[in-house]
Amino acid sequence: MALNLDQLLTDAQNIIADAASPDALEQARVELLGKKGRLTDSLKAIGQLPKEEKPAAGQAVNKIKVQVQALLDERKIVLEQHALAEKLTADALDVSLPGRSGFAGGLHPVTLTIERICALFGSLGFSTVHGPEIEDDFHNFEALNIPAHHPARAMHDTFYFDAARLLRTHTSSVQIRHMTDNKPPMRILAPGRVYRCDSDQTHSPMFHQVEGLLVDRDVGLTDLMGHLEGFLQRFFDQDDCEIRFRPSYFPFTEPSAEVDIRINQGPWLEVLGSGVVHPAVFRSVRIDSEAWTGYAFGLGVERLAMLRYGVTDLRQFYENDMRFLAQFN
Amino acid sequence: MKFSENWLREWVNPPADTETLADQLTFLGLEVDEVVSAQPDFKKVVIARIDKIRPHPDAKKLQICDVDCGMSDLVQVVCGAPNARLGLVTAFVMVGGTMPSGMQIKAAKLRGEDSSGMLCSAAELRLSESNEGIMELPESAPVGDSLSSFLELNDNIIAIELTPDRGDCLSIRGIARDLCAKNDVSMLLHEITNIAPQHKEEWLVRVEPGSSCVRYCSRVIRDVDLTRPSPVWLTERLRRAGVRAINPAVDVTNYVMLELGQPMHAFDLDKVQGNIQVREAGEGEALELLDGRTVKLTGDTTVIADDSGAIGIAGIMGGASTAVDEQSTNILFESALFLPERTIGKPRQYGCHTESSQRFERGVDPKLQKDAIEYATGMLLNLSGGLPGTVSDWQDSHNLPLGSPVLLRRSRLHRIIGVKPEPANVERILKRLGVSVESQGDDWVVMPPSHRYDLRIEEDFIEEVARVNGFDSLPRTSPGHSPVFLDVKETAVPLIAIKQHLVNRGYQEVVTYSFVDAEQQNTLRPDLAALPLANPISTDLAVMRTTLLGGLLDTQRRNQSRQLNEMRIFESGLRFLQASNTVADSMLDANFHDDLQIGHGLIQQTMLAGLAVGSRQPEGWASDANEVDFFDIKADLEALIRSANGSAVTFGECTLDTLHPGQRSCVLSNGVPVGYIGRLNPGLLRELDLNHAPVVFEVALKTLQTALLPAIKPVSKYPNVRRDLALVVNSELPWVTLEACIKQAAPTIVQSVRAFDVYEGDNVDTGKKSVAIGLILQDFSRTLEEQEVEAAVDAIMLAVTTKLGAELRG
Repeated sequence: MALNLDQLLTDAQNIIADAASPDALEQARVELLGKKGRLTDSLKAIGQLPKEEKPAAGQAVNKIKVQVQALLDERKIVLEQHALAEKLTADALDVSLPGRSGFAGGLHPVTLTIERICALFGSLGFSTVHGPEIEDDFHNFEALNIPAHHPARAMHDTFYFDAARLLRTHTSSVQIRHMTDNKPPMRILAPGRVYRCDSDQTHSPMFHQVEGLLVDRDVGLTDLMGHLEGFLQRFFDQDDCEIRFRPSYFPFTEPSAEVDIRINQGPWLEVLGSGVVHPAVFRSVRIDSEAWTGYAFGLGVERLAMLRYGVTDLRQFYENDMRFLAQFN
Repeated sequence: MKFSENWLREWVNPPADTETLADQLTFLGLEVDEVVSAQPDFKKVVIARIDKIRPHPDAKKLQICDVDCGMSDLVQVVCGAPNARLGLVTAFVMVGGTMPSGMQIKAAKLRGEDSSGMLCSAAELRLSESNEGIMELPESAPVGDSLSSFLELNDNIIAIELTPDRGDCLSIRGIARDLCAKNDVSMLLHEITNIAPQHKEEWLVRVEPGSSCVRYCSRVIRDVDLTRPSPVWLTERLRRAGVRAINPAVDVTNYVMLELGQPMHAFDLDKVQGNIQVREAGEGEALELLDGRTVKLTGDTTVIADDSGAIGIAGIMGGASTAVDEQSTNILFESALFLPERTIGKPRQYGCHTESSQRFERGVDPKLQKDAIEYATGMLLNLSGGLPGTVSDWQDSHNLPLGSPVLLRRSRLHRIIGVKPEPANVERILKRLGVSVESQGDDWVVMPPSHRYDLRIEEDFIEEVARVNGFDSLPRTSPGHSPVFLDVKETAVPLIAIKQHLVNRGYQEVVTYSFVDAEQQNTLRPDLAALPLANPISTDLAVMRTTLLGGLLDTQRRNQSRQLNEMRIFESGLRFLQASNTVADSMLDANFHDDLQIGHGLIQQTMLAGLAVGSRQPEGWASDANEVDFFDIKADLEALIRSANGSAVTFGECTLDTLHPGQRSCVLSNGVPVGYIGRLNPGLLRELDLNHAPVVFEVALKTLQTALLPAIKPVSKYPNVRRDLALVVNSELPWVTLEACIKQAAPTIVQSVRAFDVYEGDNVDTGKKSVAIGLILQDFSRTLEEQEVEAAVDAIMLAVTTKLGAELRG
């Protein structure tokens, strides 16, 4: 019997080319190369051939088998490419739609401002400390050289609970606590809420201050000015920011300076009070004022935030209108 | 303090324009608030004399005046002022002129009579507040001249805001002293001459020990004529200083006070009954003050009294009964010194902050009293005549506040300011300020002048040098550093990290008041008594918060009223508990005491609280629009707990009725309650005026701030095996109980137990639920054998069936 191998190859080519899916291709493979496939049949047929024809026929069949296998592999790649192309088309998205989102959170502008102040002074080695908001007369007044009946008390509209307890009127009370519990040298910031019995467009009964205190061997007024000027320039981070120091009076510093800033030729605005630590304050916390000197300052957080972000009404900070707060995110 | 620039320049006149002068004051620490022109906004106002006057034929209250206003002819004007009279020299606005009110003066007919111009009052010209007829100018005033030049209105009113230490600058002379030092010039001479007594009368005032008075000068002046008002130059200076002219005697006392800084008082001697003494008030003693009010005095108040009782509060305000008026002819001047420490607080107590009280509260020069009375006498004699008696001068010389010498070290000056001082400059500045300076080697012994109560210690004098030199002339430096490492603890989670974490999970930070409405607070935490403020600003800000919840709910309500119904918000801050009711508060424990500042019977604890309401995700084409629920927020809280790596936080039963009884849980740290999470009890919605019950949490911040250091365990190289169980249990069985039972029974190869489905409904009996549990098993030394896995599952099944009555779901 003559093996019609040419026909077989031609048939195989057609069958493989007709396979339109991976399943059809597998069927074709079975039909051609499977146990009952046509090539297997051809191999079986070789057994019937005369002995001398067998080697040549076997070679011919094997050659066809390799060719068919190659056709199958080739076709498989083509089909895979087709499938991928189809899948890609099917999976196409309208990528212009927005992402699947969560709510946008944010920090309150007071926090943002305090963090910025702490970061800037942190770079000079200041660390952050906290103190109680309900204070006693000693820490809020007495130790800060504001004895009873001192005229400076009239400047603090104080909220009282009773004769012994009050809401702190400034974060300076934290200075006293820190100096009582620690030894110099020290560089601290005390951010937090403070309270004054006063409320209108420019006064809130609760607002925030950051107290700064630096105590070291030789700290003077020019150091205070150097640090505060450097801080304000970096905080406002803009060219047209002028800073001026004015002599002032705080019972807990001597000399004392008020610091004003002016942005873009606007009006001068008071942003902080500062000074060289008064020896009476050191005495009240048992630090030797001959061995150590220091400076202290109190920054108004809301005032800085208003200037920095263009907020015009102080009360907006506590109304917590989401439309206001979201603008800081 | 506000004052006329021209007046100041009579005392010191540096070559500086107004703006420069104002800057100098500000940089001396005498902050200039504003500089305004002394010239009100009027035009074409001249001095005129009424030369003819006759009644208006058709109007009872009007008169027709022919006035000489410097023009060739008299001008006819109709005037309604009762004091319009023949010969009166007054102010006249000509036709074409304008008034400060903006009114334009035109020729008009009033009830048929021509009127070309207007005679006007000081109030109409904004030169005075009192509106008592048309202006009365001296007869000598030059008719036809501009009123502005006659009144020297080419002047500025400078207002300065004084710090409480600078009582000495509540006077022209005090301000001038600072400017002299700044400009290194001498003060222009103002000699005060003693006025010789013209009779021997000396009014002896008895000062009782224990009063606030340490010096009391007085002088009788008889036969004064106060019917003629003070001259314009004087009343104008008073006006520019914000002081109203009254009569020459009172005006003189005010003038001397403004110029020298010594508050004075004038009594009508004929109204004084018997002797005058300075004494403590009787408790409850009544006094009618000059302003017409009657006050009840307290025993610690020093008063001036006669035989009838108190006739003035020392240094604050005189009494009505002895007030000087135009009819008074015999007066007694008082020029005394009352100590600040005894005066402070009294003006507030009696509600009368006066020019006098603000000076005595800050301190008046103890050497000034006699000079002031001499100066005032001289002025009054010039204005109103009279016969002065002898000055009586009582002083408690031991208690006069005169200051004491201080050693001023050059080295200290260098250290405190930061630059090396020029010795000659230091001496020059201090001497110009009136400080007596004596060299002592490198240093100085300095003695403050009597008017400077604020110069007491070395640093006070150092500040004077820096201040007068000008802060802006100083260099900016950076101090030497004693380097210390910051205390950076790896196990302390910073608050900002916690805040940022919540922000990343979609929360907006809010800041609300620490004082809240008592009623709302009581609704939220009826178990905690809030600390009330003694002087709250309003009733809705009257007590200190015991929970941060109130502020968050207020924020929800306020935004809800603006149609903003979706929010996730948080706040951190203190809450305030009275120690007496901390027992009632389950959230406190000794473990947390290091965070709480305890004292005066209260605890101030830092809390973190959050609130979520609205849909799970913002509305969008692919959003989960379901309402946010307990587990969303619990996940947020758990995430925070996870980042406080390893701290032993668990959830337990909660009994807070503010929360939904079926959706609340207590947060425990090491088994101790530290907070809660849950849905707001819907029963409170109406009372709190809210549309939706939010899910809220509040937890002691410390819980989230204490982390453990990671302690690394080996990771298994062998494959893990998963087995799933579907258990049917009673619906009310809490997951934690089931989980604990499984974990207890499980051999160590069980690495994790998790619930991946909870189902109630079809195919599960009523009262039961099906919980699908995934077990992960793994060993560190080898691949697990099937029998080991089976044995583990059997052990677990045995425990849950026998202990909890669970069944495998069929």
